[in-house]
Amino acid sequence: MNIAAWAWLIPVLPLAGFFFNLVLGKKAGKGAVTAAGVGTVALAFVLSLIAFKVMLAAPGHRLEIGYGEWMSAGAFSVPMGFVVDPLSGIMMLVITGIGALIHLYSVGYMAEDKGYGRYFAYMNLFVFFMLLLVMGSSLPLLFVGWEGVGLCSYLLIGYDFAQSDDVPPQAGLKAFLYNRVGDLGVLMGMFALFAVFGTLTIGDILVRAGHLAPGVGLGLLTFATLMFFLGCAGKSAQLPLYLWLPDAMAGPTPVSALIHAATMVTSGIYLVVRMAPLLQMTPVTMNVIAWVGGGTALFAATIAIAQKDIKRVLAYSTVSQLGYMFLGLGAAGFAAGFFHVFTHAWFKALLFLGAGSVIHALHHEQSLMKMGGLWKKMPITAWTMLIATACIIGFPGTSGFASKDEILYLAYLKSPVLYWMGVAGACCTAFYMLRLFTLAFLGEARDAHAYEHAHESPRTMTVPLVILAIGALAATAFGWPTAFGGSFRIEAFLEPSVRYGQSAMEAVHHGGSPALLATISTVLALAFAYWGWSTYRNGLAVAEARAAKWPFLHRLLENKYFVDEGVDFVLIRPLRWFGNLLWKLFDVIFIDGIGVNLPGALTRVAGDFIALFQTGRVRNYVLTMGLGALLLLYVFLK
Amino acid sequence: MSLWMSTHFLTFLVFAPALLGLLLLFFPERQAKVAKLLGLLVAICLFGVSLRALGLVPDGAGWLFLEHRPWFSVAGLPVDYRLGLDGINLWLVLLTTFLVPLTMLATWKSLSKHEGRFAGLFLLLETGVLGALLSQDMLFFYLFWEAMLIPTTFMIGVWGGEDRRYAANKYFIYLMSGSLIWLVGLLYLAIQAGSFAPELMAQAATQLPLHAQGWLFLAFLLAFAIKFPLFPFHTWMPDAYSQAPTAAVPVSMFVKLGGYGFLRFVIPILPAAAARYSKTLAVVAVIAILFGAMVALVQRDMKKLVAYSSLSHMGFVLLGLASLSVIGTQGAVLQILNLGITTTAIFLMIGMLQDRTGTTLIADFGGVASKMPVLTGFWILATMASIGLPFTNGFVGEFLIFNGTFTSGFAWGRVAACVATLGVLLAAAYMLWMTKRVFWGAENSDSESATARLGSDLSFREIAVLIPLSALILWIGVHPRTFLAPSERSVTRLLSDAQAPAPKLAPAPGVVSDSALSEVHE
Repeated sequence: MNIAAWAWLIPVLPLAGFFFNLVLGKKAGKGAVTAAGVGTVALAFVLSLIAFKVMLAAPGHRLEIGYGEWMSAGAFSVPMGFVVDPLSGIMMLVITGIGALIHLYSVGYMAEDKGYGRYFAYMNLFVFFMLLLVMGSSLPLLFVGWEGVGLCSYLLIGYDFAQSDDVPPQAGLKAFLYNRVGDLGVLMGMFALFAVFGTLTIGDILVRAGHLAPGVGLGLLTFATLMFFLGCAGKSAQLPLYLWLPDAMAGPTPVSALIHAATMVTSGIYLVVRMAPLLQMTPVTMNVIAWVGGGTALFAATIAIAQKDIKRVLAYSTVSQLGYMFLGLGAAGFAAGFFHVFTHAWFKALLFLGAGSVIHALHHEQSLMKMGGLWKKMPITAWTMLIATACIIGFPGTSGFASKDEILYLAYLKSPVLYWMGVAGACCTAFYMLRLFTLAFLGEARDAHAYEHAHESPRTMTVPLVILAIGALAATAFGWPTAFGGSFRIEAFLEPSVRYGQSAMEAVHHGGSPALLATISTVLALAFAYWGWSTYRNGLAVAEARAAKWPFLHRLLENKYFVDEGVDFVLIRPLRWFGNLLWKLFDVIFIDGIGVNLPGALTRVAGDFIALFQTGRVRNYVLTMGLGALLLLYVFLK
Repeated sequence: MSLWMSTHFLTFLVFAPALLGLLLLFFPERQAKVAKLLGLLVAICLFGVSLRALGLVPDGAGWLFLEHRPWFSVAGLPVDYRLGLDGINLWLVLLTTFLVPLTMLATWKSLSKHEGRFAGLFLLLETGVLGALLSQDMLFFYLFWEAMLIPTTFMIGVWGGEDRRYAANKYFIYLMSGSLIWLVGLLYLAIQAGSFAPELMAQAATQLPLHAQGWLFLAFLLAFAIKFPLFPFHTWMPDAYSQAPTAAVPVSMFVKLGGYGFLRFVIPILPAAAARYSKTLAVVAVIAILFGAMVALVQRDMKKLVAYSSLSHMGFVLLGLASLSVIGTQGAVLQILNLGITTTAIFLMIGMLQDRTGTTLIADFGGVASKMPVLTGFWILATMASIGLPFTNGFVGEFLIFNGTFTSGFAWGRVAACVATLGVLLAAAYMLWMTKRVFWGAENSDSESATARLGSDLSFREIAVLIPLSALILWIGVHPRTFLAPSERSVTRLLSDAQAPAPKLAPAPGVVSDSALSEVHE
């Protein structure tokens, strides 16, 4: 059967789930909501698998599916079409596969929530937009998904209408606005590309880019790619637009796992890989990406060390890991960066769901300071979390080791400084992850009451944990550094998506000793992991003593370098002040006062003045007439 | 009758509401309910009749329907009775006939007095709007343009809020003064052309020296700029918006006529001046976008906030028109339509809150979402449309405008487009911040607060009003072709006529009197 006949169902099924749950969510009952919410995503996963198989059989590993035209005006036209190729194919499987697992997990996690239907509606809508983002054949369609996932993120962060006081205020609003800053970048990038190529269909752009004479339109292209990266920085929480992601943790934990760890925040990486041939034409942008990525990886990792909320630690960890991905992309390692998206999706989703399991068990206690000793109470959660921790710190043999060390190696080829920044970030990562794990699962319980009531989570929650753990370990099957006797298969697999009829990417694997570099970073990371464990294995005493010794550093990290306060002071307050000024000074005083009401008042005064002459006495009028006649006579006879 | 209709379709559309509206004005006060019901029925029937326009096929010159005959002459200048429907005004006409009954239904219970007369004025207003949209003769257009002022001024002045007299006076004088200056320019050009026909006026304008064209352009622009409204001629609007009863929300729909009139008459009649001043216009547009958005950010009243957001949005329309490109102009035409839909939806929803609580101050609310989830759902959709989220109508319009400006070929286009996108960011800020304060948060526990007085969620009638508006928002967003395709040809034609060195218009040398020409050359 022709794939176009059913491929549209992949995004539309979750959309149908959204409408069903939104309109009938309250009346239909929990069973129906669950069936619609989880079922549609699971079905989309099955269809994605079939589409993936069809794509593998297709010539050039590329399926183009068209559904007519979306919008057009003059010379500008955007088709409504999808592309399934290795890149979007993997993303579709990740979105619907991990998405289905997280939906299943939510059945247990959200069981007692009264907004059950609305929650699933938003989650389904998210899957719909995310699928549009990766499947869209043109930049505007990609942008539909791009802003759509931002909307869902906004709705899900503010999902609890009446949030309690300890939630950061305006978290949803903040997320939306920071994302919007990036979205404007994508918009401007699109216009610049349209100015150069006269089309916004991704395939056409990349093909035409290959035929561009060297140097032609380079200024506009650099502008476009830089603007795209601004968009990526917004969506994927890079410096300086990362501030929204930690606050976004106000949403329910499965949301954090799906949207703010596994899928949405990686769409920036997707966009860069999608436009890879263009980026390679603009070395300036590549440098910016690499340095911003490396900087974010280190910066966010240091903040994560001092956070007390388990989800905030993971949030900064996500920001940091996304930085690694961009570091890889900037070093021209498109496959390496994307592979880290893939492995990270498994283990970070797992970390969040594990944290959610803990939070669920402790009745919404999120502070690491009040946990401890949970291993005995919830062994499945603890074991799966341990696996995820091993992955993220790059323990030899895990998927995290494979993807992160490939990135670090490429970073070294670009600049040794970037490599050392990456290594330093990896050391921090190892430290804070062991800190998190030790504080949560090992040692003594620090809150006896909470510990008393803790219990392992229900089956709907543990099953996804186990599946994700297996996936996190098995992901190495798709790529293993060649230096350690593997083959980086994902690179060859992604080739058709990244190349687009252009000459194959330059082989950059030369120089340095990959095995030595990987050994250095791994040994250092393991040493820091040990340090993290030994610091916290006996509770908080050691750490508190150390914080007391370095009070300034501790406050700086705990308060996230005071960046939020700075933004408020430098940007938000002046903006409001300026708006008030414009309103009061310009509208009220200047235009209305001097421009509108003053002439009005003058008219009234003039009218009153003239009315003085209307005395009603005939002799006055005669006198005036006479004087007027004399005046006229004087004028004419002069 | 049907034969008469087949040749006088537009005449019927324009004048039928006025006739019935006048009737309703003289209905006895105790029959107000009957009058109101009658008004609604008339409006609905009229909408039904107007749908016939969708079945029309354009002729060679692009007219879907044209009524053209000589009418009378003033001081030797012939005035033609000329009503025309083409791709540019098709959807605007339908939107007008659609919004009138919809608004009546939405505000069925909002008015406290003289409901029948209000319905009558509303129908008179409909005549004014439809007449201005359909007129293809300048004097005819001017008459309708001015006629709209009368019913709206009464609507604000009689049924408005506490400061209604100030708002109504300001509104009337503001708009009138702009129009009078325009009238002077119009008469001057009409005397040069010996006619009020736009194409003859365009021809006459090309004969004028460039600086004279410039002055005429400014005179024309002023009237449209005030109605647009355009920074800095906008201060009537926050007062009018916040004082007008929600039922007079068409204020928000017909002000968009400023953009329409600019496209329909100013660009074709004074193309050289339009091209010369397009950069200035773009700068003004960008200032309007940012100014409106920043002032909206600090408003405390929902209606005033929407008024300033409207100012910002009209800046986008002007930016698209100033690009003088098909892409940008198509975006502007669509955006005029979009604003009519989205602003009306948002305004009606504010009205629904006002009906329940009697206030529109943001600080009085908080936690509305828990009490009125259905309203919240519609609100979020309309908000997203207002800030231009993809798959809503606002996105398509703004995208085309930005794209048209960026690629217009003018060097300033790129800068203007980039700066203007900041308006989209600010739009998200003020709309969502308002949403946050009104709908989110813990329920305002103060028993005096507006939230406590909210009572029930939307009634069936209110939902019935919001569903078609929401459907339109999504329809335009997902399938804009329905709305873009009819105007494509007309817009392309209009712009290529305007940009052609010699106007490719019907030559009518005999009409241009020699004396008029000789005057010019002196």
